[in-house]
Amino acid sequence: MTDQEILAGLAEIIDEVAGVPADEVTPEKNFVEDLDIDSLSMVEIAVAAQDKFGVEIPDDQLKDLKTVQDVINYVSKNQ
Amino acid sequence: MPGARVLAFGGYQPDKVVTNDDLAQTVDTTDEWIRSRVGIESRRIAADGETVTDMAEAAGAKALAASGLSADDIDLLIVATCTPETQIPNVAASVADRLGINAPGAFDLNAACAGFCYALNVAADAVRAGSSRHVLVIGSEKLSQWLDWTDRSTCIIFADGAGAAVVGPTPDGEPAGIGPVVWGSAGDMAERITIPDRDGYLRQDGQAVFRWTTTALAPVAREACERADVKPADITAFVPHQANLRIIEAIARRLGIPRERVADDIVHTGNTSSASIPLALARMDEQGRLEPGTPALLLGFGAGLSYAAQVITLP
Repeated sequence: MTDQEILAGLAEIIDEVAGVPADEVTPEKNFVEDLDIDSLSMVEIAVAAQDKFGVEIPDDQLKDLKTVQDVINYVSKNQ
Repeated sequence: MPGARVLAFGGYQPDKVVTNDDLAQTVDTTDEWIRSRVGIESRRIAADGETVTDMAEAAGAKALAASGLSADDIDLLIVATCTPETQIPNVAASVADRLGINAPGAFDLNAACAGFCYALNVAADAVRAGSSRHVLVIGSEKLSQWLDWTDRSTCIIFADGAGAAVVGPTPDGEPAGIGPVVWGSAGDMAERITIPDRDGYLRQDGQAVFRWTTTALAPVAREACERADVKPADITAFVPHQANLRIIEAIARRLGIPRERVADDIVHTGNTSSASIPLALARMDEQGRLEPGTPALLLGFGAGLSYAAQVITLP
């Protein structure tokens, strides 16, 4: 899966979980500061990402994923 | 073998309302934070001398009255609770005595927040097998006496109350009113929600529990629908344990059940553990939000960890 495909999939998840429009989800965005996504929503995003990408993001890794690009890198590296 | 069905619900809440602003005066939190993280606006807390038995009695009396049965008709009473004041005597026998139910089988059952769904299944099995005819099932909890009121991660969530249901046989020729249960446990996560000792407080690893609930439970609910031969889209009321509105919404979203069919009693009730499902059903019934004869999906989950789900036909 390319970074572009992961971004598109992630944007769909974030729209569904947190109601953030997909076009606002760009790589440099910070989840908390730019997209107003809290820790519970991050857990939901991680759970949905596991279904969609087949990549598990445990809680101790999740806390280090601050931006959209961080998640793309994590999924890309572990898929 | 006869089927079993739910005949009526009843609920009881203590009078004392505690708002988020009240809590913000004693712990470092805000109304906005509590609403956005757990979806609670206010909760009810029992009076000092008010016991799990008192609340169980009140809810049980309402369910019994609503069922049209008399106390003499009840031959088994089960109280789901994880917060009884005493180890012995149990709550159930005292409640039976107070309600004038003559010498029924009476026991307490502890499956924490999954307790009501566990007890409902035990009751249904007893009716199906013929060991009982009419069962009073009650969930009653006084979580407030096990809370650390300086711990802002728990004291904003949990509350007190009781809910009840009367279970009886399905008339000949009518379909079963309580569907097959899907129940289970995850004891490897036992340490995630605990009251570690007699003088201890309830502690919860919120993030781990949130992840478990949003991952493991939708498949359990889906399986309960399959076993009852009902599609999630045909469920008219989804009543999950009122743990946290965010958990409720996440599970409902995964099941594809629209928001207006989902119980949100937690907003003004808080998390009342085993009482939350029958309490929500009783209130929805009062408000005319339950459609008699249609399927409702119940899903209990909590400490243990333990879980149980079943589809019931609404009375």
